[in-house]
This record gives sequence, structure tokens and C-alpha cells, in this order.
Amino acid sequence: MSISEILFYFLSVLALGSALMVVISRNPVHSVLWLIVTFFAISGHYIMMNAQFLGIVNLIVYAGAIMVLFLFVIMLMNLNAETEPKKNKWLRMAGIVAGGCLLLVLVAALKDADVKNSAVQLNSGNIGLIEQLGKTLFTEYVVPFEISSVLFLSAMVGTVVIGKKGD
Amino acid sequence: MNIEYYIVLSIALFCIGITGVLTRRNAIIIFMCIELMLNAVNLLLVAFSKMHHLKGVAANPTAGIDGQLFVFFIMVVAAAEVSVGLAIIVMMYRNVHSVDVNFLNRLKH
Repeated sequence: MSISEILFYFLSVLALGSALMVVISRNPVHSVLWLIVTFFAISGHYIMMNAQFLGIVNLIVYAGAIMVLFLFVIMLMNLNAETEPKKNKWLRMAGIVAGGCLLLVLVAALKDADVKNSAVQLNSGNIGLIEQLGKTLFTEYVVPFEISSVLFLSAMVGTVVIGKKGD
Repeated sequence: MNIEYYIVLSIALFCIGITGVLTRRNAIIIFMCIELMLNAVNLLLVAFSKMHHLKGVAANPTAGIDGQLFVFFIMVVAAAEVSVGLAIIVMMYRNVHSVDVNFLNRLKH
């Protein structure tokens, strides 16, 4: 077993376990903290695949900015106690069964797919580095890039309009 | 590393997210589960991008780079989505003093 495989299994178990804890935790603050652990594990996967730019951006944007926003909102609403009321047991069971069935169907569909001898390149290749990504982003994908700036502007205006007090 | 392992990992993360959306009632946790699903898809896109890079690097030195740029754009859209969604949740809390999504069924009245 090579060091890459050991790292892969470690990061996968970490991601899956903390993702489960996000769903299971009663306290929303604990859920946010477990989600940050999940994002760290996924960033570890990115760095293992030599997608260094995405690994760092994932940490800065998701774990750094979005999760802090979530924490702020939870603290603002005073939800850090266990306020969620008991839900119907059968409804919860139905949700778990539905999710499990989806997992089963997708994994079963994978069985017939032709993916047996397609390896993922680990620890090498330079498409994940900033140089290549930046060149492609600012030549081939420059129009979507500019459109995304318009999207941000409209999201900003929308947030201010929705969050405004009064009327 | 075979691509199969990454596909199974992403499917499992995605299904955990789906289960969370279906079983929880707290709007913020539902929102976090949606982020989890987005990240599962991102991981799969990067894995496929590296797979195609390994296959097509001889013909095209930047083969498979599109997948990683899509991940970048997904992150952009997710950030915009989070800002608007959290504003809506704050607004909802201000009106009904709860983030329980079951209270939203009074929208129909």
C-alpha cells in the first residue's frame, strides 16, 4: 500500500465521517464545525491530485468565508442551543431510506460503467497550477468570468434589498 | 488511484447531503447540506479532469483543464447563492421567529 493510497483512505474516511456528523449533530454550531472539517478533507484531496489552486481557494472561500458567514447567522439568531423540535420518526426514517436507495442505485449504475482502467493522475501534472488555469481563464473563459462579476453584483444588491429592515 | 474510488466517494458524500436535506428541518442545516452536495460534485469534477489529463496530455498539454475551471465557477455561484440564501433565512427568522422550514407552509395562505 503506497503512501498515496493511505492518504486517500484517510481523507475519505475523514470526509465521510465528518459529513455524517454534519447531518447527525443536534447543535447547529457543531454542524458548521464538522462541515469545516469536511472541507479540509476535500481540500486535501485536491492537493493530492495536484490541483493546488482549487485546494487553496476551497479553504479560503468555503472554510474561511462562507462558513464564517454561517456561524455569524447562527450566533445572530441565538440558535446555538438545541432548539430543533422532535420530528416525526417515520418521516425521518423515510428520508434515510430514500437517501440510501439513491446511494444504492448510483453505485449499482457504476457497476456497468466502463471505468475499470481509468487512473487518476496523482502528485503530478501542471493543469492545476495557477499559471495554466489563469491562462485558460483569461483567454478561453473570459466571457463567463465577466458574467460572474455581474452575478456577484446582482447578488450583492439582492442581499442588501432582502436584508433591509422596515417597509 | 482508480477513478472508481473517487466516484464512490463523491456519490456517498452527495447522498449524505440528500439525506440531510430530507431529514432535517432547520433551514441553516439544510443549506449546509446543499453546500456538501456542491462540494461532492466539485471533487468529482476535479477527479475527472485529472483522469482526462492523463489520457490526453500527449495530444494537448492542457487537456482536462475545463473541469477545474468549472469547479472555480461553481464556487463563484455558490458564494453568491450563500449570500442571498442567508439573507432570506435572516428575513424569515425576523418574521416568524424560527428557522424551522415547516413554518414556511403558511406561504400558501
